[in-house]
Amino acid sequence: MSTPVAIGAPRRLVEATVDGQVVRVPEGSTILDACEEVGTDVPTLCYGDTLTPRNACRVCVVEVEGARTLVPACSRKVEDSMSVATDSERVRHSRKMVLELLGSSVDLSTTPGIPEWNERYDARPERFGPRAEPAPMGEREARRAGEHTVGDGMAAETVEQPTKIDNDLYVRDYGKCIMCYKCVDACGEQWQNTFAIGIAGRGFDAGVSTEHDLALPDSACVYCGNCIEVCPTGALMFRSEYEMRQEGTWDEENQSQTTTICTYCGVGCNVTLHVQENEIVKVTSPHDNPVTHGNLCIKGRFGYQHVQQRRHD
Amino acid sequence: MDLHFLDAVPEDAEREAVDAVLGPPDSGWDGGTRQASDLRFAEGGHVARGRRDLLLPALHAVNDRVGWISQAALDYICRRLTIPPAEAYGVATFYAMFSLKQRPRRVVHVCTDIACAAKDSASLCAQLTERVGEPGSEDGEFTWHESPCLGLCERAPAAVSLQAGDPPRYSVAAPANVDDIVPAPGEVPAAEASAAASANGHGASGNGHGPSLDGDRPQRRTTFSPETLPGPAPEPPPHAAVPQAGDPDLVLLRRIGVVDPTSLDDYRANGGYAALREALRLGSAGVIREVSDSGLVGRGGAAFPTGRKWDGTAKRPETPRYVICNADESEPGTFKDRVLMEGDPFSVIEALTIAGYANNAAMGYIYIRGEYPRALWLLENAIELARARNLLGTDILGTGFDFDIEIRRGAGAYICGEETAIFNSIEGLRGEPRSKPPFPVERGVFGKPTAINNVETLVNVLPIVLQGGPAYASIGTGRSTGPKLFCVSGAVERPGVYEVPFGADLRELMEMCGGVGTGSDGRERVPRAVLLGGAAGGFVRGDELDIPLTFEGARDAGATLGSGVILVLDESVDLTAILVRIAAFFRDESCGQCVPCRVGTVRQEEALVRLSQGTGARRTDLALLREVGDAMRDASICGLGQTAWNAVESAIDRLGAFGPQEEPTL
Repeated sequence: MSTPVAIGAPRRLVEATVDGQVVRVPEGSTILDACEEVGTDVPTLCYGDTLTPRNACRVCVVEVEGARTLVPACSRKVEDSMSVATDSERVRHSRKMVLELLGSSVDLSTTPGIPEWNERYDARPERFGPRAEPAPMGEREARRAGEHTVGDGMAAETVEQPTKIDNDLYVRDYGKCIMCYKCVDACGEQWQNTFAIGIAGRGFDAGVSTEHDLALPDSACVYCGNCIEVCPTGALMFRSEYEMRQEGTWDEENQSQTTTICTYCGVGCNVTLHVQENEIVKVTSPHDNPVTHGNLCIKGRFGYQHVQQRRHD
Repeated sequence: MDLHFLDAVPEDAEREAVDAVLGPPDSGWDGGTRQASDLRFAEGGHVARGRRDLLLPALHAVNDRVGWISQAALDYICRRLTIPPAEAYGVATFYAMFSLKQRPRRVVHVCTDIACAAKDSASLCAQLTERVGEPGSEDGEFTWHESPCLGLCERAPAAVSLQAGDPPRYSVAAPANVDDIVPAPGEVPAAEASAAASANGHGASGNGHGPSLDGDRPQRRTTFSPETLPGPAPEPPPHAAVPQAGDPDLVLLRRIGVVDPTSLDDYRANGGYAALREALRLGSAGVIREVSDSGLVGRGGAAFPTGRKWDGTAKRPETPRYVICNADESEPGTFKDRVLMEGDPFSVIEALTIAGYANNAAMGYIYIRGEYPRALWLLENAIELARARNLLGTDILGTGFDFDIEIRRGAGAYICGEETAIFNSIEGLRGEPRSKPPFPVERGVFGKPTAINNVETLVNVLPIVLQGGPAYASIGTGRSTGPKLFCVSGAVERPGVYEVPFGADLRELMEMCGGVGTGSDGRERVPRAVLLGGAAGGFVRGDELDIPLTFEGARDAGATLGSGVILVLDESVDLTAILVRIAAFFRDESCGQCVPCRVGTVRQEEALVRLSQGTGARRTDLALLREVGDAMRDASICGLGQTAWNAVESAIDRLGAFGPQEEPTL
């Protein structure tokens, strides 16, 4: 059987060098693509494989010869004869500072990659001093743009605040939020078109919020969980995972992952069931699925309880 | 789009204010009364979304009318424009001048930025606190806030009062004293309607219209009432900020103090609109050729060649193209654009029209900062008069050239002076800078080619067109051609806007301003430091007055001209407090998009507070500042983060602000 495969219009190749190594990539590829091509590891946080790059975190910056400032590898397109350095002193310094600035202001305890990158770039977030006390619930959201009280400088201010738990399905721990914009983009026009959340406020006091900081059940949220799928830090988390972590029973090592097909409707989305001790503890979806790109609806994401309704008598 | 709204009912005043901007709603689908036909047809979604750029004007309309934006008002705006409420909330909370909590109708912005701090704004704030309470306290008849630079530096310390109503009113107190600012008891009118009803989103009135909106209200020509609020003495005329006013050798400032800024006839009698006629004769390619030959570079701070920008925009195949006048002058210490707009508003309109013609643009925007009520009033008046005389609109001067200008008012965000942040702000998005490339000449506002220029840059185009590019290029030195405006403030005898041809040095300019003069104790003052280029610029020492005020001269001296700020600080000023203020400014004004700037500006402020109070390890903190600063400069998305450490660095290295330099060790 022969199936026609759409390959698109042929793309011109552009030639560039990454750390002195010549690489040829199709026109329109990003520096990150070129780095992958030559096997150079570039740390990323706000980059999402299914989303348009926002280049907000700046941990992927690289040095392009002739450019005044560093450029984000995740979004800058490769140009002919571009010369890229991914491990120069400038690059290492900025990556180290981004890791330290984030590490000193955000709870990165559930962000994959951080310990390794901190070591690689010699990042020591603790050198900004002891962490300030977390803000009480709702205090950060009530701040006004363009105003703050200058403190005494003796504690490093953070974005930490209590976890928002306002529904049965997932929690929002904005003390872990690095403002990558991915949840907003996934909720909005890039995937879900629900627009339940946006970025509100300005500067250090900006955060992800529903309108007027309403609780999720009063907002436009449809609980598709596609924001959880793209969250890089665990700020958005299944309530089941959150509670198990609180109890100390979350054990990722001993979880199995099974990718299967959702049984609810005819679309045939892929669901990956994370199972610990024969119980489904969370559901994700493979990003390389050509139809759904990691997106699900409330049923596929959260509607698994019937699978584990067993008789316990 | 299937949007989720609240069940909140707007007050009549809120609805009226929004409808005055957007027109009455067509159906129940966009916020009107539900009709039987609404059950069968859903129309207008794309049209409503196509008006997203009216979000900012609509938010202003409500804020101007009732003083704050209630949940119900925001919800109504969202219905009218089919905007998701979470997005509109994000836009409204981005701007410092909007409030989403109920507050008194009168809001006083007291400048505490560098120039005003050097003129003791702290004691003004202390008196206000004593008389009426902490900034932001909202239980009295008015509320006050500490504000970043209000662009009134020549008359520091300054305060601007804004009072919501129909029409809204303003007053400017500069130099301000506390009696001017605090309204007399009962002076501020109570709210028009009980705002409590809308605050909880359950007003008593039904879902129908309030009073008749069928167009019998006279359309206001200007946003603010020409009648200013009682209190402070009347604001001096714009030319009071121009000590050289009336000098026949002036080029950019020549009409200031000579013409009536409200009169088009006066403007034309003094050479106005001769440049537009000449431009129309030259043709658009001819205008761009003259501008390129003139060597004009941008006066907003980045010094990009204007001819190259226009050539790039005009050659793009995409249409429509746009031109924008960047009048969001917010760099602390800068007030030249305000003086141009207030003293000679028609020149800004004429110059933008020429830019529109040269770039073959369909439309021009003037993006003016929200803290400039008088400039806004004068520009609105100028545009109205120019339209009436066919100097804007269709078939201008019978040449077949169509062009019109809309004013967009910022709402308290320094970042919206960044060119791509202006695009987002105009489009009704959060004023966050975009990543470049693509550059504005390729993809600017509404994704179309856009030429965006500072007010002063544009005004330079008039003499270029009239004299010809080469004649203009003969003024000045080397690559710095033409006349330049400098905003001189702080410890000088005659602060104000000065026009000098490029080539003068700092000492000559200070002499024009009468020098630093004597202090209040009668002793000769000594200039300790001069801030060149604003908060994003840098300090030079008081003994470095030989620095030539040209782009290359400043650069060779390791400084920058930036937006033309020359802020002189004498020995009486607490330099470390000024540095903390600069750090606080950048922290407040960072948009929050990228990590180096969002968190770096916070860490910079914390370290400076420790250094100024002597509470940390000095060497460690200096090294920390340098490390954070280097990362902000290298890895931030836009110019704000990239320059947020400039002034602090120069104060440490050049002025020795925290003692002699040592090798940083950690």
